[in-house]
Amino acid sequence: MRFGIIRWMLLGLAAAVLPSVALADWGALNMTEGVTDISRRVYGLHMAIFYICCVIGALVFGVMFYSILKHRKSKGAVAADFHESTTVEIVWTVVPLIILIAMAIPAARVLIKMEDFSDSEMSIKVTGYQWRWQYEYLDEGISFYSQLHPDHNAARQKGSDIDLSQFDNYLKEVDKPLVVPVGKKIRFLHTSADVIHSWWVPALSVKKDANPGFINENWAKIDEPGIYRGKCTELCGRDHGFMPVVVHAVPQEEYDQWVAEQQELMAANATQGERQWTKEELVAQGEKVYGANCMGCHQAEGQGIPGMFPSIAGSAIATGDIETHVQTVLMGVADTPMAAYGSTLSDIDLAAVITYQRNAFGNDLGDTVQPYQMKSLRQGLLQTNADIDQFNLTQGVN
Amino acid sequence: MSQVDTSHDAHHGDHDHHGPAPGLMRWITTTNHKDIGTLYLWFSLIMFFIGGGMALIIRAELWAPGIQIVDPMFFNSMTTMHALVMIFGVVMPAFVGLANWMIPMMLGAPDMALPRLNNWSFWIMPFAFTILLSTLFMDSGGPAGGWTMYPPLVLQMGDSFAFVVFAIHFMGISSVMGSINIVATIFNMRAPGMTLMQMPMFVWTWLITAFLLIATIPVFAGAVTMLLTDRFFETSFFSAAGGGDPVMYQHIFWFFGHPEVYILILPAFGIISHIIPTFSRKPLFGYDSMVYATASIAFLSFIVWAHHMFTTGMPLAAELFFMFSTMMISVPTGVKVFNWVSTMWRGSMTFETPMLFAIGFVVMFTIGGLSGLMLAITPADIQYHDTYFVVAHFHYVLVPGAIYSLMAACYFWIPKWTGNMYDEKLGKMHFWISTIFVNVLFFPMHFVGLAGMPRRIPDYSLQFADWNMIATIGAFGFGFSQLMFVYIIFKCIKGGEKATGEVWEGARGLEWTVASPAPYHTFEESPTITPNTVTR
Repeated sequence: MRFGIIRWMLLGLAAAVLPSVALADWGALNMTEGVTDISRRVYGLHMAIFYICCVIGALVFGVMFYSILKHRKSKGAVAADFHESTTVEIVWTVVPLIILIAMAIPAARVLIKMEDFSDSEMSIKVTGYQWRWQYEYLDEGISFYSQLHPDHNAARQKGSDIDLSQFDNYLKEVDKPLVVPVGKKIRFLHTSADVIHSWWVPALSVKKDANPGFINENWAKIDEPGIYRGKCTELCGRDHGFMPVVVHAVPQEEYDQWVAEQQELMAANATQGERQWTKEELVAQGEKVYGANCMGCHQAEGQGIPGMFPSIAGSAIATGDIETHVQTVLMGVADTPMAAYGSTLSDIDLAAVITYQRNAFGNDLGDTVQPYQMKSLRQGLLQTNADIDQFNLTQGVN
Repeated sequence: MSQVDTSHDAHHGDHDHHGPAPGLMRWITTTNHKDIGTLYLWFSLIMFFIGGGMALIIRAELWAPGIQIVDPMFFNSMTTMHALVMIFGVVMPAFVGLANWMIPMMLGAPDMALPRLNNWSFWIMPFAFTILLSTLFMDSGGPAGGWTMYPPLVLQMGDSFAFVVFAIHFMGISSVMGSINIVATIFNMRAPGMTLMQMPMFVWTWLITAFLLIATIPVFAGAVTMLLTDRFFETSFFSAAGGGDPVMYQHIFWFFGHPEVYILILPAFGIISHIIPTFSRKPLFGYDSMVYATASIAFLSFIVWAHHMFTTGMPLAAELFFMFSTMMISVPTGVKVFNWVSTMWRGSMTFETPMLFAIGFVVMFTIGGLSGLMLAITPADIQYHDTYFVVAHFHYVLVPGAIYSLMAACYFWIPKWTGNMYDEKLGKMHFWISTIFVNVLFFPMHFVGLAGMPRRIPDYSLQFADWNMIATIGAFGFGFSQLMFVYIIFKCIKGGEKATGEVWEGARGLEWTVASPAPYHTFEESPTITPNTVTR
């Protein structure tokens, strides 16, 4: 029987090791060292505790397997009768305790450093939404949304035949990355508009939950310019796996230039919101907005998912009274995943997507909502719903 | 082996007028601890395959990048249900089943202290799980917010959420009733002369587990009830808009959730503490320290809960406290592992299937324990948190940990239950195949986790593709090899080499003093406690 066991062990080893060697991407084995002082310290702690665990494991398993090999009945071993020793019990309580204290001290040092938010040089508010991030540069007045890149979004739909190998960073690319300067202590303020999210960038060793109604702090000081990618790490619903984080760390001059561009762009958008749009323009823009915001639940043809997400094609709201339609989109529906888009979409995008929904998927009402009308619609809703959720109605985005 | 046994049996055979009732009603109305133990064990075996099927759906979707098989929403339902079923439907009932079968026999008691309550404790379970599983077929779908059910996400669930809460209340009632029964049995039904510090380790670990259950299950029931009222009755316990706090839920949940982790592993420690001495033919090393270590773990389990929450934005002082208290837990856990190894040391070991599973348990549970120590280091945990590294960690302590201890227990005691020896060759094959695949399944998860793959995602970046494919191979291998276990059980029930009363050469304890299979009623008269009948 012993040969039988050895044969099985060898077979098992071969079964486990061979495909691993052939298939494995050996680069993706360990934590990244990252590009901040903190992340390197964290990596150091990780490796230290890993080696300690390896040594403990080797000792325990060493003694155990020696015993298994030598003290077996088939080798004529006769059982000894010892079964207690207060001395060894004390030794193997105290020695691990000392090891733990030795490990706890450096860990506590790093933790205290991580939690020191003082002397930050700039602040960015990061708000989680189902399923995208909003970045607000509090000093520069820049604000935008960042979500999974449309090409990746199309590829990840069930049944899409798009070849994934064409993407260098599948599911780790966004439409508009966060841009930050290197060498500055950046304070991140984390919150959420709906459920709990968690903003994680491994290379910065930054991970903090975004709790709705509360603000968490975090910070990073990036040493090297580069593109750093991360993910949402707190389950946040259907598309939790599809809200990546991309951080572009650039030199200060490049960053200043980017800030200037963004401010110009926002000013241009403001004037766009004042003019009259044609229905075709609105529908074209609305289709894009729909793809980025609505399609995840309401599906490509507006058919929804029966039982979970209602359809837009032929729905009472999208083919009915325009005020109700606007209200639903602006304020969301309580206790459902339908978010209040009044606080997340610009007036242009709101007008466009509502117009699109009223004129697509077989809905052909032919009417339009103009961006400049959105302002008065918000006001009207504010008056009729004075007691509810003023936040979502008043917080327009430019 | 002891005189007590034979005289008892002879006496027993003479006028046994209350054997099992015939037919199906036997199982519905039974108050016999052995019948109820059997029901629990069958129930958890069935749930093991249901939960395992869900795991295979998860792993099939993760076979390759892209979404191929299920909608992400259904994927989330599967991860949620897989956890709920495996924790509440497999590991916990299986341990209760073993407790029912073994604790009265180990204590020399005729039955559990509260037999009718015992019947209730079991029969609530099938209803609870029917309700829970039925949500998958409702319009608004099964729960998809993770087994931890964090608000506000879980509050987005449709009306079927009420059924989930109801099912959890049922399971909780069942667990608390079962625990009260176990505590009452241990304190009142021990054979005369058996002191607490002479009780077998399985009894000790279950006594402590039962207290953990009684202390924490009501907390969990409170948490889900608050979710229920937040969802349906306009309260705002967990909503900032109404003055509540979503993080408060996490504190309440993990105050239950962390002791729950030890509820799932302490009885396993007990089982292993029986099997290793038996097959080493040597008494358990450091019995007293084993008892104290178990109690220390139970105490510490109440003051470490927030190590699940290091990224929620707790104050620094809280993070430091929970880091230190969590690291402390590795001390008593280490003591247990060292004691097991010392029990083997200079023993006279043989390697029948239960021993193989027990050694597999010690090795792989230790691997899971060591990664647990890594997770305790808060700054590093910020990187590990909610990645596959965590998934690897808790599956190492739960699958080759808790589940292996259950397999070991079944092989160890099934001759006592059925009177037949199981097929040793097949048993060993089952062990080796399972052990290979379980490592192919879970070991690569350490790598993808460290490299940055979050948990609970249906699709992933291409860099993780190879290891995920390997893990899926392991999952299907492990899953299907458990069919062997079912086959071995059926084969053993139908027949096989007849087992002696003692069954194993090195066996100690009262359960081995009765015949195999154990008569329907055992110890109607209390046995005399001799040094030979006590496990320590």
